[in-house]
Amino acid sequence: MATPIISAQGITKSFGDVKALTGVDLEVQPGTVYGLLGPNGAGKTTMVRVLTTLLKPDAGQATVAGYDVITQAAQLRTTIGLAGQYAAVDEILTGRENLEMVGRLYHLSPSESRRRAEEILERFDLTHAAGRTVKTYSGGMRRRLDLAASLVGRPQVLFLDEPTTGLDPRSRLGLWDFIERLVEGGTTLLLTTQYLEEADRLADRIAVIDKGTVIAEGTSDELKGTIGGDVLELEIADPANLQPAMAAVADMCCGEATVDEIRNIVRVPVETAIGTITDAVRRLDTAGIKLVDIAIHRPTLDDVFLSLTGESVEDAPPDDDALVTAGPRKRSRR
Amino acid sequence: MTTTTELPRVSVAERVQWEIRDAMVITKRNLLKYVRVPTLLVFSTVQPIMFVLLFAFVFGGAIALPGGLDYIDFLMPGIFIQTSLFGSTNTGLGLAEDMNKGLVDRFRSLPMSRSAVLAGRTVSDSARNLFVVLLMTAVGYLIGFNFQNGFLNALGAIGLVLSFGYAFTWISATIGLAIKDVESVQAASFIWIFPLTFASSAFVPVESMTSWLQVFARNNPITHAVNGARYLVLGEPWGATSDVWITLVWTAALLAIFIPLAISNYRRAV
Repeated sequence: MATPIISAQGITKSFGDVKALTGVDLEVQPGTVYGLLGPNGAGKTTMVRVLTTLLKPDAGQATVAGYDVITQAAQLRTTIGLAGQYAAVDEILTGRENLEMVGRLYHLSPSESRRRAEEILERFDLTHAAGRTVKTYSGGMRRRLDLAASLVGRPQVLFLDEPTTGLDPRSRLGLWDFIERLVEGGTTLLLTTQYLEEADRLADRIAVIDKGTVIAEGTSDELKGTIGGDVLELEIADPANLQPAMAAVADMCCGEATVDEIRNIVRVPVETAIGTITDAVRRLDTAGIKLVDIAIHRPTLDDVFLSLTGESVEDAPPDDDALVTAGPRKRSRR
Repeated sequence: MTTTTELPRVSVAERVQWEIRDAMVITKRNLLKYVRVPTLLVFSTVQPIMFVLLFAFVFGGAIALPGGLDYIDFLMPGIFIQTSLFGSTNTGLGLAEDMNKGLVDRFRSLPMSRSAVLAGRTVSDSARNLFVVLLMTAVGYLIGFNFQNGFLNALGAIGLVLSFGYAFTWISATIGLAIKDVESVQAASFIWIFPLTFASSAFVPVESMTSWLQVFARNNPITHAVNGARYLVLGEPWGATSDVWITLVWTAALLAIFIPLAISNYRRAV
């Protein structure tokens, strides 16, 4: 294995009495996508802020692209790109001007900044809106421009803090596409998210973070293994048929089927979705059992939490930001 | 992977060059706002002009000045300083706004100079101050104001007004970065700048105040700044060269204190 491009040991950070991070270790291999998955208030944003030199940790050490976050902050900044939760682009400027400004601040020459801006606008499908002030952009376009701005300096390591939070499902899918494209170039990406689906789709490895510590780490499949995989849910019309239904599907796969007598549901763990539903329907049909509904339930972040901490996501402390900013300032904008 | 390449050490001259370039990029960005949102410039200049007209016509008749000096001539240097100080509060507001929009986070994650966002903001706000002072001079001329101490001293007066105001933009930056909430920054700036400006020689002769207030007003740096500007605009006895020097010392002292404070607040801004 290559030397990790992001490496952190024992990162600790408190805001007053609130412990945002309590000894986080992290290792990210170059050219991979790493997901920090956790609910609001878990410490994801704080960790990103430490790694991007915006915040000094109370204890621990970390390097990004070989540079120490505390003692070599200035050099470190030349190697990273950051896009935060709040599309940090200037509303008064046009899309093009925003990118050119960032280029100049990465110390590219005026002509190089212009060239780079055009190139990135093209890549992010924003050329048609490049001459308009950002005020006229939709939420999805702003996020895209924000993402684009983080790439102006050709970063070795890119940090995206909840890149799709607050977007509608369609814009989210679109943004995933762009994120996938930008890592094709070999950029290392660390992204934080509250959505298991997002981490699943984008990340090679995932760290589940809760209350300031990493509680699980591994590939998406490894994590799902610990959570339990997909579950087939069969809602049976007649409660009297619950036991026969369970018997009919018992040997479909790997785990034991269970019965939920309150909701008239039989649950069977399954490994692959392909053919599973047809198989189940066929088995029940043969047994003469009528179905009300059938669905495959994929594990959610809530399931991850239930299995790892025994606590639902809803029980987690309120908000990541609130800890960092100690106030309502960012909230008030939304 | 080039994970351990050392960046070449940059020389001091090169660093200064980058600091200036970065600050210019930010200044340009801030000034573009006035071009893009012209109403902002209109309404932010209407207020100082309104002050000139209100003070000149409302108080003008009630305030008798020794030697029969026209109130408008007495008023203009005072209102230059007042405008430049009130204008300086925009710095803190602008920075608080940039923080709330996440722009400060972006800037802080870039390999740009740590002082550029502040330098760019203070310079663009001073440029705006210059514009407003010139506009007010024009309005003043229409209602009888005159520079009476020569062209060079007139330039000196404007220079003094702007540099004194520039020192206050750094105070405003320090406050804005510490408080962060836009509305609170606005309120926090005016609670000290209002009394400080009014309890000075800006609008009325200090001699007309109650005795305890006179003690305060005489030692108020704003009185020195106003008297310094008045000296450069009108000549003796409306101020003295010493007022000019004292103002320059105050300006230097405020900059020496608040530039490092503001930059340290910026570094730690969250």
